[in-house]
Amino acid sequence: MHGSAARATLLWLVLVAATLLTWAVGERGSAGPHVAALLAVVSCVKGGMVILDFMVLRHAPPMWRALTLGWLVLTWALIGLAYWNGMPT
Amino acid sequence: MNTASATALTPAPPAAQYRLAGDLAIWIFILAELLAFGVFFSAYAFTRAHHVELFDAEQRALHRDVGALNTALLLTASYFVVRAVQAAERFAARASSHWLLGAMVCGAGFIVLKLFEYGAAFDQGVSLSSSPFHMFYLSLTFFHFMHVILGMVILAALWFGARAGRYQPGDMNGMETGAAYWHMVDLVWLILFPLVYVIH
Repeated sequence: MHGSAARATLLWLVLVAATLLTWAVGERGSAGPHVAALLAVVSCVKGGMVILDFMVLRHAPPMWRALTLGWLVLTWALIGLAYWNGMPT
Repeated sequence: MNTASATALTPAPPAAQYRLAGDLAIWIFILAELLAFGVFFSAYAFTRAHHVELFDAEQRALHRDVGALNTALLLTASYFVVRAVQAAERFAARASSHWLLGAMVCGAGFIVLKLFEYGAAFDQGVSLSSSPFHMFYLSLTFFHFMHVILGMVILAALWFGARAGRYQPGDMNGMETGAAYWHMVDLVWLILFPLVYVIH
């Protein structure tokens, strides 16, 4: 049900590595829609791992997966729309 | 037989194979929390669209190192909670309590770093009324901070339960319920960190 210890450890390492990537992008001061999109995708992938594996929604009724993953994607879609709205014309 | 009819003849997995880890009530609570954070994140993003230069300049002054370290601490705490659940599932109550203690240490580390970050911000004159960015920075991160505090209380309750050998295969509902809440606290931070500290 909760997977193996090895899988959890691998996911944790990937999650921390992805966090380092986000931090490095921030330290470089990189900006623009492509960077924002990359960071949004990284956040979605990390969130998906937490939802499906750590919260074990992979084995939950499909409605719960749809609600939580849908929340993640919808939230970033709204952030993306707002980001686009704020771009210089 | 074409693909469509083959698919139609494949039986759907029985509903009994699906299982929500933890109490239904906590999942309804989690959904409500996710919606609240989602509204906050969207409000931040749409307000930024009207003050892009101000938000970008004040975002650069944040402690991104501390934010990233706090992300790693929350992820590590979540990982330890997963290991605690796995240990309880194989009757290893003692190991389970040790993993939970590790998760609490990470949670405490998050709280200490956040307090340091708030202290440094207040020293620089940051307040709810100093700018729209600061208002969102303080209210969003403090709203999340309160959830970490509640998460720590829940982890402590699980730790006492694990030490008493309360969780074992067939009786995991309490631990899974608490674990789900902690992972939710982690999940919303995975959006909050890039949104408030990095993206511009």
